[in-house]
Amino acid sequence: MSAQNPVPPRLHRFGNGFLDLSETIGHSTIRFFASVGRLAEFAGRAIVNLFTPPWFGRQIARQFVDIGYYSLAVVGLTTLFSGMVLALQSYTGFARFNAEGAIANVVALSITRELAPVLAGLMVAGRIGASIAAEIGTMRVTEQIDALTTLSVNPFKYLVVPRILAGTLIMPVLVLIGDIIGIFGGFLVSIYRLGFNAHHYVDQTIQFLEPIDVISGLVKAAVFGFIVTLMGCYNGYNSERGAQGVGAATTNAVVSASILILIFNYLLTQIFFS
Amino acid sequence: MTEAFASQQEKTPKIELRGVKKSFGSKHVLNGIDLSVPKGSSLVIIGGSGTGKSVMLKCVLGLIHPDAGEVLIDGQDTSHLRGRKRDAVMGKFGMLFQGGALFDSLQIWENVAFGLIQGKGVSRKDAYDIAIEKLRAVGLPSRVAKLLPAELSGGMQKRVGLARAIAANPEIIFFDEPTTGLDPIMADVINDLIIETSKGLGATTLSITHDMHSARKIADDIAMIYKGEIIWHGKAADVDHSGNPYVEQFIKGSAEGPIKMEI
Repeated sequence: MSAQNPVPPRLHRFGNGFLDLSETIGHSTIRFFASVGRLAEFAGRAIVNLFTPPWFGRQIARQFVDIGYYSLAVVGLTTLFSGMVLALQSYTGFARFNAEGAIANVVALSITRELAPVLAGLMVAGRIGASIAAEIGTMRVTEQIDALTTLSVNPFKYLVVPRILAGTLIMPVLVLIGDIIGIFGGFLVSIYRLGFNAHHYVDQTIQFLEPIDVISGLVKAAVFGFIVTLMGCYNGYNSERGAQGVGAATTNAVVSASILILIFNYLLTQIFFS
Repeated sequence: MTEAFASQQEKTPKIELRGVKKSFGSKHVLNGIDLSVPKGSSLVIIGGSGTGKSVMLKCVLGLIHPDAGEVLIDGQDTSHLRGRKRDAVMGKFGMLFQGGALFDSLQIWENVAFGLIQGKGVSRKDAYDIAIEKLRAVGLPSRVAKLLPAELSGGMQKRVGLARAIAANPEIIFFDEPTTGLDPIMADVINDLIIETSKGLGATTLSITHDMHSARKIADDIAMIYKGEIIWHGKAADVDHSGNPYVEQFIKGSAEGPIKMEI
């Protein structure tokens, strides 16, 4: 009679657990690709609107000031201390095999290629990405985006394009300033703390720094600026209702932008230097 | 010939919905809405929360694309229009949002003149004059023009919203719960302003509300929506003896009746 029960209870439970697991994996995979698709569609719409009139000059100018000018202090401080600590760390490390002379190169290369773009990108993601998502998310929730449409103003052109355009164009400028401040930070520590010769240090920095080191960092900066503003706009635009919806949109904007920055940093480094 | 054409124009409803359907996932919100609003008249849609009123309004506005059916404005199907053609239709519309939906970073006059400056390319100076005139039309003094929306009370924000809706002299005005969140006296002031401004422009209006006092006051015709369908449509004067048990329960505001609240 026991043959009538084809699956023993324990195995049955295992089977269910396995099905639940594969179902969960399947669902999250579908959700993941669906959101990648939605993001790609959003980015495509933004780019199409970027190249077609009308353009809202006032909005674009305001975003250049908001994203560029007001981020200067944050980016400047971040790169200044990074350059300083880099000089200090490489001194203590390189002193073990008498290579202290390489500090100038290490500082210049690390700052221009990696630290200035990545740290500035992450700081701007926290500062700008969050505020874009919160602002556009609140506009979504309070029907201000619908109101734009009913007043014959395309919300993509009015809200999304100015932010993405400003973010992409102004980030390289911010990073270039960050490069200079960061290298200057390394210089300060090397000269006043570690007792290097100022003339010699500057010479070494200039001699070993190739244009590609700086240019690769600036290209990264433009990509990161695009990522930060795109993720801010996308998450805000698709914000769910209520304070909780806007909060979630803000968190998602910062987290997704930060992760994408780190991933694209690796990919771009591989493209440039391999 | 031209006379025949003109009378044909008169007969074409300003707004017409034919079999409009909309679902979100497995949730069927609109199950085939048929409705028409003659030129110059005022239709108020009544119905409880979650019956599809807002979705229907957004379908007419083009903020949501219906899954099936047609939305005709002046006899032209607009449900699939995009880009410039969509903008041209939008130019006929004015909309008063439930929460006002004022742009909180802009001054009051910039809010009122927004569609004129950004949408129609009117110069800022001319737009300012029009904004002041429209603010006066809704009973607001010119000294509020330079304030920010957050500095105004709810009733004043509604008035600014109304001024913005009528700024471009629209042919059709939509009202989304115009009296919700206002005290009874302010609600009546807004009702009067709605009648005054829309009659002044000769505009066709479509409103949604669950405030029966407001509906009786501003409507020529009333339609009731329930579970995504129009279950009654008639003259505003007939609403009290509709013979429809759903309508009777709704206007009495009774918990007992054919409409069961899903809690």
